[in-house]
Amino acid sequence: MGDMGKTNLNSTREAADSPREADQPHESLIAHFGADRPLKLDAGVELTPFQIAYKTYGTLNSARSNAVLICHALTGDQHVASVHPVTKKSGWWETMVGPGKPIDTERYFVICPNVIGACMGTTGPSSTDPTTGKPWGLDFPVITIRDMVRAQAMLLDHLGIESLFAVAGGSMGGMQVLQWAASYPQRVFCALPIACATRHSAQNIAFHEVGRQAIMADPEWRGGRYLLEDTNPRRGLAVARMGAHITYLSDAALHRKFGRKFQDRTNPTFSFDADFEVESYLRHQGISFVERFDANSYLYLTRAMDYFDLAADYNGVLARAFKDTPTRFCVISFTSDWLFPTSDSRAIVHALNAASARVSFAEIVTDKGHDAFLLEEPELFAIVRGFLDGAGKARGLSPKS
Amino acid sequence: MPISPSPTSRIRPEGRASTWFWSPRWSSGAKVLDVGCGDGELLRLLSESRGVDGRGIELSREGVNECVAKGLAVIQGDADTDLGDYPDDAFDYVILSQTLQATRHPRVVLEHMLRIGSHAIVSFPNFGHWQVRLQLLFAGHMPRTDILPFSWYDTPNIHHCTIKDFRQLCTEIGVRMEKAVALNAWGSPLRLNAPWWFWNLFGEQAVFLLSRKS
Repeated sequence: MGDMGKTNLNSTREAADSPREADQPHESLIAHFGADRPLKLDAGVELTPFQIAYKTYGTLNSARSNAVLICHALTGDQHVASVHPVTKKSGWWETMVGPGKPIDTERYFVICPNVIGACMGTTGPSSTDPTTGKPWGLDFPVITIRDMVRAQAMLLDHLGIESLFAVAGGSMGGMQVLQWAASYPQRVFCALPIACATRHSAQNIAFHEVGRQAIMADPEWRGGRYLLEDTNPRRGLAVARMGAHITYLSDAALHRKFGRKFQDRTNPTFSFDADFEVESYLRHQGISFVERFDANSYLYLTRAMDYFDLAADYNGVLARAFKDTPTRFCVISFTSDWLFPTSDSRAIVHALNAASARVSFAEIVTDKGHDAFLLEEPELFAIVRGFLDGAGKARGLSPKS
Repeated sequence: MPISPSPTSRIRPEGRASTWFWSPRWSSGAKVLDVGCGDGELLRLLSESRGVDGRGIELSREGVNECVAKGLAVIQGDADTDLGDYPDDAFDYVILSQTLQATRHPRVVLEHMLRIGSHAIVSFPNFGHWQVRLQLLFAGHMPRTDILPFSWYDTPNIHHCTIKDFRQLCTEIGVRMEKAVALNAWGSPLRLNAPWWFWNLFGEQAVFLLSRKS
C-alpha cells in the first residue's frame, strides 16, 4: 500500500455522510415497496419494506412497447447516461445510451435501476433497516442475481410496463439479462448479454474472495459494523478495487497505457513509493472508488455473482433455461476479456442454439479487456444499433418515437 | 443475381447465386439456416423478399459483425464444429454453399445438416469438370479455374469431389436426392435433362436439394 493510507485514506468524516446516498439518493426516482409487496429472496427470507432507486431517459410510447432496461455491473449504478451525483463524472454508459446513441433515448424509454444490495439508493446493507433504525450491515440477507431481477420485475409492475423491448447489460449486468430471459421470457422481446457468463468461474470466485478478504482484513471494517462505529474500511475496499481493476483490463492494455514508465520521476526511488505509472494509476482507482462505494455492498454483490449458475436451476442443462424462448438474443464478447472470455459467451450461444432461439453472436477484437464494453468500441456500437434496429422493426417500433 | 461479393468470406460470391435455385418454393416463415453466410446478403434477401426466418453461421469475424449490424441472426462458428449444437428438425432448409469441400468432415457435416433440417441445399465446385481433368492430365499441375482460383498451397478446399462422388456419398448415407442441377461458373444452369456424365464433365458447380429418407 505504500504511503496511500497515510495521505488519503484515513479520513472517516465523509464516511458518515456518504452512506446517506443509500437512503436518499440524489438525482434519482424512488419506488417504495411496503409490507404488501415484499421481495421474496432466494435465501428463503422476505425483504420488506424496500426501495428501488432508478433513472429513466426518453419517453414511454403510448403502446408501452419501447422500454429498455439497462442492468448495471458490479460497481455501476442507475446513473447510466447522466452526471453522477457523487463523483460529478458523466454516466457510466454514455457512449452507448443517450440521444442518437445505439440505445437511443429519442427512440426508447430507458430504465436503469440500482440493484438490490447496492449502495446508491436501492435497499442494501448500507441502507437503514426500518425495524432497528440502524444500517443493515451484515444483517442484510445475502442476495442473488435472481433476487435483483425479481426486484426489477416488481419495479416494472410498479411502472405499468408489461413487456420490455430490450434488456441490456455487461458483466454482472449481463448475468441479470440472462436471468431476465430465463425467468420472464414473455416480458423480454430482445436481450443483449455482453461480456458475461451463465455462471461465475472458479477463477472469478477466487478473485472476488481476495477482494472480500481485503475488506474484512481492514480493522476499520469492524465486523461489518463500521457505519455504526463511524469508521470506514477504505484501505480494504481500495485494495479490493485495485485487484479487481486489473482483471477488468488486459496485459496488452496495461502495457500500451503504462509500460514500465515511471511516475513523475526519471529513476527508481529505491522505496515502496508509487514509482511506476501503473501503480499510481491503480492507487488512484482504489482511492476514487471508496468515495462512491460501500464496502459491505461490495461483499454482497460479489457474492451474488459467485452464486450465479443459471444451468443449476435447470438440472444442469442450460438449454432448458431458454426452452421455447420467444426472445431474440445478441451475445457479444471481447477477444482480450479474460474475466468473461469468449468461451463463456459461446457456451451461452450453444445453449440458445440447442433451444432453437433466435441468436446473434459476435466477438469483437480489442485489447481493452473486460472493460471494453464500457469504452469507445465502434464495432460494438454498430452491432448493438443494428441488432436493436432489426428487433425494433419486428416489434413494430417507429424509427423515431 | 444481386449478391455483392464479400471480401471476408471463403465463398466466392458467384457461387452463392446457386442457392437461389430453389428459393421460389420457400414459403413465408420457412426456417432457413445458411451455413457460411458471408456478409449475410443471401439471408437478408431471403428475409426481405420471401419472409423466411433466416439464421446464419459464418466463420469470419468481420462477416458476422456485418451481419449482426444488419439485424440478422448470425453467429460466429463453422460447419465442422457448430452444427452439432442444434436440435433435430430445427430448420426447414439448411444451406451449405460452396463450403462442403472446405470442411474437415464433409460426411459428418452433411449428416448433421439433414438431422437439423428436413431439407439441405448443398452447392460445390465440381472437380470432374473437363478443364480440371485436362489441366491435370496434360499440363500436369493442380487445376485452377474460374471457380477454383486458388493455388494448391493456399486453398481452403481440402476435400474436393466430383458430382459423381457426391451422389455416391448421398447414396451411402441414405439421403434422398430430390433435385440436382449443374451450373456454369456464373450460376446459369446447364441442360436440365442432360445425363449425369454430361453434368459431371461440363458442370463447373452443382447444386443438390436433399431430404431425409423417411
